[in-house]
Amino acid sequence: MQARTSDARAPGFWPLALVFALFVLFMYGPMFAIFTLSFQGPEGGLTFPMRGTSLHWFRQLAEGLGTVDIAAAFRRSLMLGAVVMLLTVVLSVLAGLAFRKRLAGGNALFYVAVASLIMPSIIVSLGIGLQFRLLDTGLKAALAAMGAEGTLEDYGTALGLLTSALGAHLTWTLPFGLLIMFAVFNRFNPAYEEAARDLGASPWQSFRHVVLPLIGASVVGIGMFGFTLSWDEIARTSQAIGDVNTLPLELQGLTSTVTTPAIYALGTVTTVVSFLVIGIALGGAALLRRRASKRRG
Amino acid sequence: MSAPATAGHAAAQPLHTVRAWWQAAPFALVFGLFFIVPLALIAMVSLWDFNEYELIPALSLRNYLSIFEGCSHLTDNGDLCVTLSTYLSTLKFCLLVWAITLVLGFAVACFLAFHVRSPGMQTLLFVLCTVPFWTSNVIRMISWVPLLGRNGLVNQTLQGIGLIDTPIEWLLFSDFSVVLAFVHLYTMFMIVPIFNSMMRIDRSLLEAATDAGASGWQTLWNVIVPLCKTGIIIGSIFVVTIVMGDFVTIGVMGGQQIASVGKIIQVQTSYLQFPLAAANAVILLAVVLMIIWGLTRLVDIRKEL
Repeated sequence: MQARTSDARAPGFWPLALVFALFVLFMYGPMFAIFTLSFQGPEGGLTFPMRGTSLHWFRQLAEGLGTVDIAAAFRRSLMLGAVVMLLTVVLSVLAGLAFRKRLAGGNALFYVAVASLIMPSIIVSLGIGLQFRLLDTGLKAALAAMGAEGTLEDYGTALGLLTSALGAHLTWTLPFGLLIMFAVFNRFNPAYEEAARDLGASPWQSFRHVVLPLIGASVVGIGMFGFTLSWDEIARTSQAIGDVNTLPLELQGLTSTVTTPAIYALGTVTTVVSFLVIGIALGGAALLRRRASKRRG
Repeated sequence: MSAPATAGHAAAQPLHTVRAWWQAAPFALVFGLFFIVPLALIAMVSLWDFNEYELIPALSLRNYLSIFEGCSHLTDNGDLCVTLSTYLSTLKFCLLVWAITLVLGFAVACFLAFHVRSPGMQTLLFVLCTVPFWTSNVIRMISWVPLLGRNGLVNQTLQGIGLIDTPIEWLLFSDFSVVLAFVHLYTMFMIVPIFNSMMRIDRSLLEAATDAGASGWQTLWNVIVPLCKTGIIIGSIFVVTIVMGDFVTIGVMGGQQIASVGKIIQVQTSYLQFPLAAANAVILLAVVLMIIWGLTRLVDIRKEL
């Protein structure tokens, strides 16, 4: 369309522009409503009008809502998100590299990852929950058979944040990571690597000094996907978490019990974290891209 | 998207293959442990027996039979059995959401791909559309409360201008709000693949169509839509599978009053009725696979015509 010399818009431009503008309003409007309402005065309710402005509901949030310790859930989700981010980056990049070589069964692995992406989350969640409960049963039986009564009494469950929940999150984040790696390597020019090899670089050196700087921006993108997808995950975690809850799960529970703007304050806080991560990732990716292009001259 | 062609490196020795597998092994291991094994366990446990205390290994169709109990005939009130009516209700949401997200997503992608001229602006607007995807779904659901609630902005406005006397009740915690939230949350899944397909269309084809005298609509229907088929199918598969298995959106936006297949599974799991939940999951999976199969058939058939 850029080749067009006349300045006239193609037919259909204005109706579609209107649809687009309304769509953006539809996406962002409600969110801005709750960001605004989270700064309600202490007298304010769940709906407009605003009755003064204050940080009252954020203070309420920090003190915890009812029986729920928000701060602890916040830390748990942050920790899990960081671990998921790290593993998603490392495993996706490794798998991306593997797929560039002759990988017997690579197609099957690719289809499994895609199947995991589109599998209804409740099924994955149920499966993992079931798996760990059967594991519990098995372990308890084994402990009893060995006569380890003390250990048996201490043993609770294998379900947990860094076992079942971590696995559930990875089945959701890794397919995105792999698809991004495919998009990256489909456009990757192997000549740089061959040049490095011809100059005597070891595989590690050519990865560290040639490939990684070139794909750095996308790797940061994978990290962002990993963290934000985990940070907001509910469906896959729901049946696979055990006793402790992540922040989004607490939030989901609170929707039916909390009737004050404190829940909007919680919404504002989690969204700020998401936006911070997106901002850091976009900034970091831009920086890496600039450095890479500078190096190439 | 397909797997990139396995590299044509001249040095494709067995050693290479082994190293490739070491690199892919952690990735494969995660899916083996947390995807394949759990699915196999679901299939296995769906045939098990259970009582209040434990799961009993068995090989019976009891769970499946109890899910479809009474489904061969209407109830005394002339209703369908619970399972069938739940599936019908979920399918109804699925169809509605699919149709709306498809039209809306196609229009938005169309605008981005063909009507925004500068690549910088295009990227910016595309990012603007995708940013909400990285924020919490539950937050985006409850963000409708101040607008649609009994004393929400919509009701206040309508009452203010005297259009209605009493607040409209069906705006929130209703079928309407569920569909609205689905569209709000998942149109992105249509936009991205359709936009991706559109960006691959050779622009000279559109000019050729115009030069040959095609109207805007004819170009759209006979050139753009067929070339976007892959994107449309991928987006449809995403939306359909998400809505079929959903229990969070229907739960929150339906005020925990509307039944869905995902909700049944969730409730049965919380009562530790794993074999029943597993049987339901197997049935849900079969239905979803049939829909996906149908969708992909749609592509092939059109290719053959």
